[in-house]
Amino acid sequence: MTTLDRLPIGTSARVRAVLRVSSTTLRLMEMGLVPGCAVQVRKRAPFGGPIELEMTGFRLSLRPGEAEVFEVEAP
Amino acid sequence: MSTIALAGNPNCGKTTLFNRLTGLRQRVGNYPGVTVERRLGVAKLGPLVVQVVDLPGTYSLVARSRDEAVAYDSLTGRFGEGLDLVVAVVAASNLERSLYLVLSLLELGKPVIVVLNMMDELRSAGHTVDSAGLSEALGVAVVPMSARSGEGLSNLQRAIEQALTQPMGRAPPPVELSGTHETQVFDLGTELPGGRSQALWLLSSLASAESPGAFEQVDHPLAHRSALHKAGKRALGILKAHPELAVEIIRRRHDRARSIAGSVLRRSHSNEPNRTDRLDAVLLHPVWGSLSFLAVMFLLFQSLFAWAAPFMDLIEAGVGQLQGILRSKLPPGALLDLMADGVVGGVGNVIVFVPQIAFLFSFIAVLEDSGYLARAAYVSDRFMSRAGLHGRAFVPLLSGFACAVPAIMAARSIENRRDRLVTILVTPLMTCSARLPVFILIIGTLFAPETSVLGVFSTGGVLLFSMYAISVLTAVSCAFVLKKTILKSPTPPLVLELPPYRLPGIGDVIRRVVERCWAFIKDAGTIILALSIVLWTLLYFPRPDPGLPEVPAVEQSFAGQLGQMIEPVIEPLGYDWRIGVGLLASFAAREVFVSTMALVYGVDTEDAEDEGLRDSLRKARHSDGRLVYTPLVGLSLMVFFLFAAQCMSTIAIIRRETGTWRWPLFCMLYMNALAWLASLLVYQGGRLIV
Repeated sequence: MTTLDRLPIGTSARVRAVLRVSSTTLRLMEMGLVPGCAVQVRKRAPFGGPIELEMTGFRLSLRPGEAEVFEVEAP
Repeated sequence: MSTIALAGNPNCGKTTLFNRLTGLRQRVGNYPGVTVERRLGVAKLGPLVVQVVDLPGTYSLVARSRDEAVAYDSLTGRFGEGLDLVVAVVAASNLERSLYLVLSLLELGKPVIVVLNMMDELRSAGHTVDSAGLSEALGVAVVPMSARSGEGLSNLQRAIEQALTQPMGRAPPPVELSGTHETQVFDLGTELPGGRSQALWLLSSLASAESPGAFEQVDHPLAHRSALHKAGKRALGILKAHPELAVEIIRRRHDRARSIAGSVLRRSHSNEPNRTDRLDAVLLHPVWGSLSFLAVMFLLFQSLFAWAAPFMDLIEAGVGQLQGILRSKLPPGALLDLMADGVVGGVGNVIVFVPQIAFLFSFIAVLEDSGYLARAAYVSDRFMSRAGLHGRAFVPLLSGFACAVPAIMAARSIENRRDRLVTILVTPLMTCSARLPVFILIIGTLFAPETSVLGVFSTGGVLLFSMYAISVLTAVSCAFVLKKTILKSPTPPLVLELPPYRLPGIGDVIRRVVERCWAFIKDAGTIILALSIVLWTLLYFPRPDPGLPEVPAVEQSFAGQLGQMIEPVIEPLGYDWRIGVGLLASFAAREVFVSTMALVYGVDTEDAEDEGLRDSLRKARHSDGRLVYTPLVGLSLMVFFLFAAQCMSTIAIIRRETGTWRWPLFCMLYMNALAWLASLLVYQGGRLIV
């Protein structure tokens, strides 16, 4: 079990749980990052910059600090 | 007349559809009380004429702030429009996420039809969608189309007409929550005019708000809505007792959205990289991505700085010609001078900004519609977030090097009100092109610009570069301080959709540019014109005393008298009253300092490199025989120009973009205080050393 910010580039995973709820987390959830959804890490900007995720039908970028509240498991 | 609203996610092609439906019959204003753009238009659908409202693009109806409440408020008729139909625009290949919003729209109980937009994109990706199945699952009409090509537009027009004349059957029952949560929502709904759906909205909005309890805060979603405060307090209590409630609302809607999307959308799973993948491989690459970002920004900057210049020269020449014609046709006197210098000159002061605004917004529109603007924010996020700013603040700050007026207008793309304000307030600190003539005059007059420094640099180059460097550092530090103090808020989340790359529609781009230019002329232009005339009056009256021909007219004017009045304030900075007049006059535009100093010293020029003017400045002495312009005074003056808010057009545009006089006044106050203190430090500190 790990969190979304730690997935290496190219890994697919499924969101299992949301560890902490904040204003930003709720916005991400509205955009589809909810438990059960499939994600793939496409890119990571260097030096701890943003992460790019492939979701069903669209791409989303977020900061590692915003991704760490999503617990993920193998798909 | 019936009213329909277009609702949809960002990047779903909603505005393109709005343009298709309304053609040229549209106007743009602001929603009452906020600076969110409100687009209204009129569409002809067979025999019907309907009013069309283009809502801001959103992922949900939840309002984290007062700005975001606009979508929900429009839909529930809070702005006085009885809404007859909601047209939900959906990007077909992005069905699951779009359905989340559609389900929220259906819960409002208004008639809805769904537009499955961008069908051409869906087909070329090899996906298929069962629109009849979708229509059945949602209980509303579904129209597949492509707003870009116009495919399916007539079907949509017919569907809207039909929905307005003979409404379709009921939508499926709203998404239900688990037992206790459902009871709480239902009970709260009985207290609200909008019932259960309003209760859901209130709970979700308060759960998402950054400071949910602070109803009175200006950007709180419930600000100016005291009728909801009682229910709001109760909602906060419910959220405290049931912390999972907000999450459950989102999850239940997504579960249904996913199951509907799964049953109607067939995705082809190709691993072939598409156009977006190929472009992103370069544009988001750790090295090439940053280089392309710099290249794009350089091009944008170049367009503002160099490409707009010939058009601005043309406008200035036109103004000059018009003034010449007036002078040859009208009898000389105060009226002629008012017409020629006050009115025509003032109008010129407004129009001269249009080329830069047009260039900047053509760029922004193309970057945004092509999908690159989101990538630019992604690439620049890491260093922007250090200063507490959003990646989207990069374009306004960079444009500030050319001119603060278009730059401040570009800050609109920043969603959060506080972050937008911080960007607007620090953008005027960037060294704009109007400061350049002043710097050139001072450097050329008081320093030996050609002397080499360390063999490779020249004094002039080093001084000019230092001014630019100091301005960037100051802008970033001020942003940091503002974010920690009066506009206290966390670093904005990045959370950004990276839409597929698309070719921007030329018509949509032109429309946006015209819209921006017009908004500037209409709202800021009137203020600039009025201030121009006031300033002209101050410099013109009272007319010079014929008995004192040796005293320049400007010295006898109100502005001259004001300059002498403020002398005690600017004396500690090393300035005399003549510089004071120059500072006052440069409120019209900083470069006016040059021509005003020429007037004060009786030299006929507007050129910062004029040797006659430079000579007069070098020879100017105080009454006790000391030289007025020493290199130290020059430094102090440059620093003053670097920080001071002297530009009335900037003030006018801040007024326009923030919707209140409070922020432009604050901006003047803090920048001028900064300028005064910094110049004092330079001059008095320098005197101690020298």
